[in-house]
Amino acid sequence: MSDFTSGFWPIYISIITLVSIVGTFIFLRSQTTRKLAPGEKPELIEHTWDEDLQDLNNPLPRWWLGLFYGTLIFALAYLVLWPGLGNFAGVLKWTSTGEYEAEVKAAEAKFQPVYAGFMKQDIATVAADPDARAIGKNLFLTYCSQCHGSDAAGAKGFPNLTDADWLYGGDPDTLKATITDGRAGVMPALGDALGADGTRQVANYVLSLSGRKHDAAQAAAGKPKFEENCAACHMPDGTGMQAMGAPNLTDKVWLYGGSEAAIIETIAKGRNGVMPAMAQTLGTTSNKDAKLHLLTAYVYGLSQKQ
Amino acid sequence: MEATTYNYKVVRQFAIMTVVWGIVGMLVGVILAAQLIWPDLTFGIEWLSYGRLRPLHTNAVIFAFGGSGLFAVSYYIVQRTCQTRLWAAPLAAFTFWGWMAVIVLAAVTLPLGYTSSKEYAELEWPIDLLITAVWVAYALVFFGTIVKRKTKHIYVSNWFFGAYILTIAILHIVNSMELPVTLTKSYSMYAGVQDAMVQWWYGHNAVGFFLTTAFLGMMYYFIPKQAGRPIYSYRLSVVHFWSLNFIYMWAGPHHLQYTALPDWAQSLGMVFSLMLLAPSWGGMMNGIMTLSGAWHKLRTDPILKFLVTALSFYGMSTFEGPMMSIKTVNALSHYTEWTIGHVHSGALGWVAMITIGSMYYLIPRLFGRESMYSTKLIEWHFWWSTIGVVLYIASMWIAGVAQGLMWRAANADGTLTYSFAQVLNTMYPFYGIRLAGGALFFSGMLLMAYNVWQTVRAGRVVNDAPIPQAVHA
Repeated sequence: MSDFTSGFWPIYISIITLVSIVGTFIFLRSQTTRKLAPGEKPELIEHTWDEDLQDLNNPLPRWWLGLFYGTLIFALAYLVLWPGLGNFAGVLKWTSTGEYEAEVKAAEAKFQPVYAGFMKQDIATVAADPDARAIGKNLFLTYCSQCHGSDAAGAKGFPNLTDADWLYGGDPDTLKATITDGRAGVMPALGDALGADGTRQVANYVLSLSGRKHDAAQAAAGKPKFEENCAACHMPDGTGMQAMGAPNLTDKVWLYGGSEAAIIETIAKGRNGVMPAMAQTLGTTSNKDAKLHLLTAYVYGLSQKQ
Repeated sequence: MEATTYNYKVVRQFAIMTVVWGIVGMLVGVILAAQLIWPDLTFGIEWLSYGRLRPLHTNAVIFAFGGSGLFAVSYYIVQRTCQTRLWAAPLAAFTFWGWMAVIVLAAVTLPLGYTSSKEYAELEWPIDLLITAVWVAYALVFFGTIVKRKTKHIYVSNWFFGAYILTIAILHIVNSMELPVTLTKSYSMYAGVQDAMVQWWYGHNAVGFFLTTAFLGMMYYFIPKQAGRPIYSYRLSVVHFWSLNFIYMWAGPHHLQYTALPDWAQSLGMVFSLMLLAPSWGGMMNGIMTLSGAWHKLRTDPILKFLVTALSFYGMSTFEGPMMSIKTVNALSHYTEWTIGHVHSGALGWVAMITIGSMYYLIPRLFGRESMYSTKLIEWHFWWSTIGVVLYIASMWIAGVAQGLMWRAANADGTLTYSFAQVLNTMYPFYGIRLAGGALFFSGMLLMAYNVWQTVRAGRVVNDAPIPQAVHA
């Protein structure tokens, strides 16, 4: 696609550019005067401001003129070789997208042999390979550590990848799907539907599911409300549903915090957990499939070691 | 009846506020530098978070400190070199109170999070309108005084001030074209890469005309005055004035190398930035060569030290800038701390030091004194500032180059050698040195405030400096 909306603009910009550079050249020539003879004093111009401000009129320093001309010549040469004058592509035919594509292609060819062997192996085998783990760790630090942490232990809202608890499942195929296509974990806001009292009751019921300290009367009142509003995703017994990414509420793992206040906030306002699709993040980078394969194996291996 | 005295009142107001805003703006800078080391420094209070304070810092040092300094010296210089009283005193007073209102509004709205999100133009549309009104008044006062002048020729400083006033008006109006949706929110008229290009055409020329051209005007008065020597070359003044202003206008795209900006525009930004080197150095040459025959004064005069050191930093940053616009250099330097170092070698080394030197010349004269209360304190201030700048920029150079190299380092398997967190970890010692340098520079401003306070206390307000009746050729 052309950078210009009509044929006029590339000509317009080219002419202005060239006239500007050549015009600067002519301006400099017109202002160049002869060098001072040895011992000759520069002229003191006959004008004075504010009692004592005056001007000498030394000629333009020669080295300075040389520097100026040099940059003008460089500019013209650059605009012959590289794009700059409207639609003229430059003698070298360089483009920034072309440079990027060439670099990706070169990287593809250079690193492909490193990855080829691993691509033939299944995830569990790759995960057991120390070389693959080293590569996987570097990829993880580049692409995943911002949210999941350098040690992959997660943070509030970002799952711990080193335990055996999985929102969507920890088998190789599910992990690869999670990494490749991302996930959107949506917990709807129920604050309006349940009201303040109802929310507190459901929260206490949720606390009771994992045997945490709770108000028994509130929990009992919350039970039918849980069954009505929450059980569809979290299941009647609260053990969750991996197909939906609905967390198990009966274990000790709390993605957004397990205090009464945190659970009330989660129920009232809902949660939106987003795992970006790495297939998109990696975009057009080289050896994309191999990177996804090695990342999956690395994450798989994190919990296998325990 | 013809006025027989100069209008020093508005000059004095702006001069004092230059010192005040310098302290405020640099204090915010020191807090920001500390936040990069201790992110929880401000207890998670949103109004004091890094993202809110950063535009406050840039606006305060550029427009409040630098702006007040420029108003003060341009009003002082234009009267004295035109040998006539400042035109339209009420308008000049409006520029002072209006500009102060802009600054106070900025100091309130930016921490509250109201922003147009355009760098160095964050203020929302009602404040943009006030800036426009103040600026039009400024232009009327300045050019009105030029029109009334008794001297035949226009002094070189006034060429530079004139270029700056005209160009900033154009830049501000074009970049701030926005559609208000509420009193506190507007959207830019431009979209996508056009918006980015307009923004950096503005951003770069704010550096070019606010922070370069205008301060050259300051230099062209105070260096020959303080050195007691004629300017080295009138011809060089003419040539570098026109070439600097003409070529600066083209250089903005170098802020957008390797982005969605079309390749041809990136190339033009680069070659014109390189062409900017000689015109920029023209000003440095002319200032430094003005000292021929007066070099010995540098040994004893700390004001001259400030002015000449400022020119040296000016020369260094205007060499560094064109180099950084070269695509291959930019590929390494962009988005790193190197950029921060480059900006501060210009902002602290050039803009702040030339302003400080000029204020030390100006303030005693506005308060009926021969010189500042203490020359010794100026000397101390000079050394604290110089060491502060050197610590600041040297640490940011090393940090920036290390950062750029670490980001691009790759292993034999094609993966990146360093994670973002590892690179950040490497930055900490340099952030520490930068904080020390910044704090030292800031402390120098406190010395200045004390010195100015003592000068003002013992002086008397001068409202009646007589205009000489004899008109020079």
